[in-house]
Amino acid sequence: MLEASLYFIQQLLNGLTIGSTYALIAIGYTMVYGIIGMINFAHGEIYMIGMYISFIAISGLTMLGVEYLPLLLLFTLAISMFISSTYGWAVEQVAYRPVRGGNRLIALISAIGMSIFLQNYVRIAQGSRDIAMPSLIQGGWSFGPPEGFQATLSYMQLIIFIATFVTMTGLTLFIARSRMGRACRAVSEDMKMAGLLGIDTNRIISLTFIIGAALAAVAGLLLGLYYGVTNPYVGFIAGLKAFTAAVLGGIGSIPGAMLGGLILGVTESMTSAYFSSEYKDVVSFGLLVLILLFRPTGLLGKPEVEKI
Amino acid sequence: MKEKFVPALIAGIVTLILAFPLLGLNLVADGLSLVIEGADAKTLRYIVFAALAVFLFQLFKEKLGGIVSSIPLPRKAYGQASVVSQAQRDKRERLFTIIVVALALIWPFFASRGNVDLATLVLIYVMLGLGLNIVVGLAGLLDLGYVAFYAVGAYSYALLHQYFGFSFWVCLPLAGLLAATFGFILGFPVLRLRGDYLAIVTLGFGEIIRILLNNWTHLTGGPNGIGNIPKPSLFGLEFGRRAKEEGNVPFHEFFGIDYSSSYKVVFLYLLALLLVLLTIFVIRRLTRMPVGRAWEALREDEIACRSLGLNRTVIKLSAFTLGASFAGFAGAFFSARQGFISPESFTFIESAIILAIVVLGGMGSQLGVILAAIAMTVLPELAREFQEYRMLMFGLMMVLMMVWRPQGLLPMKRRHMELAND
Repeated sequence: MLEASLYFIQQLLNGLTIGSTYALIAIGYTMVYGIIGMINFAHGEIYMIGMYISFIAISGLTMLGVEYLPLLLLFTLAISMFISSTYGWAVEQVAYRPVRGGNRLIALISAIGMSIFLQNYVRIAQGSRDIAMPSLIQGGWSFGPPEGFQATLSYMQLIIFIATFVTMTGLTLFIARSRMGRACRAVSEDMKMAGLLGIDTNRIISLTFIIGAALAAVAGLLLGLYYGVTNPYVGFIAGLKAFTAAVLGGIGSIPGAMLGGLILGVTESMTSAYFSSEYKDVVSFGLLVLILLFRPTGLLGKPEVEKI
Repeated sequence: MKEKFVPALIAGIVTLILAFPLLGLNLVADGLSLVIEGADAKTLRYIVFAALAVFLFQLFKEKLGGIVSSIPLPRKAYGQASVVSQAQRDKRERLFTIIVVALALIWPFFASRGNVDLATLVLIYVMLGLGLNIVVGLAGLLDLGYVAFYAVGAYSYALLHQYFGFSFWVCLPLAGLLAATFGFILGFPVLRLRGDYLAIVTLGFGEIIRILLNNWTHLTGGPNGIGNIPKPSLFGLEFGRRAKEEGNVPFHEFFGIDYSSSYKVVFLYLLALLLVLLTIFVIRRLTRMPVGRAWEALREDEIACRSLGLNRTVIKLSAFTLGASFAGFAGAFFSARQGFISPESFTFIESAIILAIVVLGGMGSQLGVILAAIAMTVLPELAREFQEYRMLMFGLMMVLMMVWRPQGLLPMKRRHMELAND
């Protein structure tokens, strides 16, 4: 009995870890969708690029002699967020801005093209094989009887929880309190009206892409440290999962993306633990279909009214 | 000039920021740890060159634009050319079609084996493109999991043959039917969704099918796939050296000619051509029928259609199911041609390629889709040394196409009459 519940707790912890990173990526989808109503298909690739940049930054800084771990991680985070944001900004400038205002499908196809382009760009630049990095943060706390099954909360998992929590709080405060955040909300409410009232909507849209990409980079660094492995193809499936999380929570809603990410992560880890790890993707896509069927607005989303 | 300089400089610097970390610093495993190696001088030079190019382009963008737009384009003069009547246009079109079909029929007997084989592959993509064209081009439903129906078709032939010994000709309609059923089952619940949700759900469905094929090992063979799928026969005449099934006669023995493996290749080509012609014919007819018109009307304005009393679920479902069935036919033919299938052939990239064919050709336009399928399949074969850059170019092309010419190379033209303008 104790063993079974410890096993359950372990799966819950694993699920919450993955889920909180899904939530970080999902925010990029949900913010962009909330403002310009398009699915930024290339967002998963931005996360993948964030992971690569983190690996490059960690290796480079170690070679330069930065040994103190918190400093190393902080520098890496800053570099990775900066470069990924530049990617997010550039992608919007090149691929989405010129097609904005047209048919939705055109923007989506452009985004798919961008996703394929970025994936192959990284493949050509860094090779298609897995790149592994030795884990920097080891150890953790174990619970339970020493002879039986032990549930472990590793330090890395704790760091992921804390980093996600801090980022989310920061973002929520930014959106709720700051001038720019207010402009963001205004633009997502009514872009034309916000423009008439003197908000530079183009700048706000760029900002949305930059924030989304920066959060994806945080997720990239955290998951890169957690898994220790990356390849150019991780972005596709992670992006899909994060999108599922965004839809699950209600696309356009930031708390919804957080909730959706956590639910999806837990569902996945439970599926792999009690059913079969091969079918965990099937279960999460099945969940997406069910949500869209029975509650298209998601858990926390507002129903969309179509005006003629 | 001065106000342009700063944005251009920023664009150049951004290019450097984007390109340098990923291209200029390579991660290399050194024992257990990772180290960074600087790229060779050539790559670095390319990066600087790219940044300079972006800078200069941004600086002189408007001047360049002026030069490009000042080039006179050949334009159809209004009123001068005599108005071609619909009857005349139909006649020309028919003549053109007959010539093209005749050439396509005769050509393989004089061409090399490899080329005919490539042409067969092109025809499979033409068929897939035409099928997806119904869904995306005509009905305006973005389907990112089209390859799932292709996989269903391919696996239905392979499995029905493996377990029940059905022949290709029995399986071909069954494959179409099964794929259509899958399309129906998927479409029924999800077609109520708005465009971009639909895209993601179909993408998820495509992944689900691939994962199932990969993991349902005792039925599908998992990642090892299914081999020894027989080629189609011509009224019981087989194209192998010896007949595999009892009662069948090899083609060359029946006609008393020497065995040659190219008969099989040409036969497959002709079969594919036949299927493609059938597809074109069916779709052409459909677009002139009420249901075809309803597809396009629904694509243009859903709310208007509903207020005119069209049942959008039925219309969308018909497009989705029909599109799926063509993928099923193409899939059955694909597995017969390959003789071996595995889930590797049905990844998302395949869906993206088919979508790119439709988009590049011009959504809704049949001729455009055919030409795009030829271009997308033949060009990579011609440029084999650029194989590595194929997908890169392909993604870039999708973006550029959407930015510059979202309607495609040969956009669909409605049949219409023109009144003389004087």
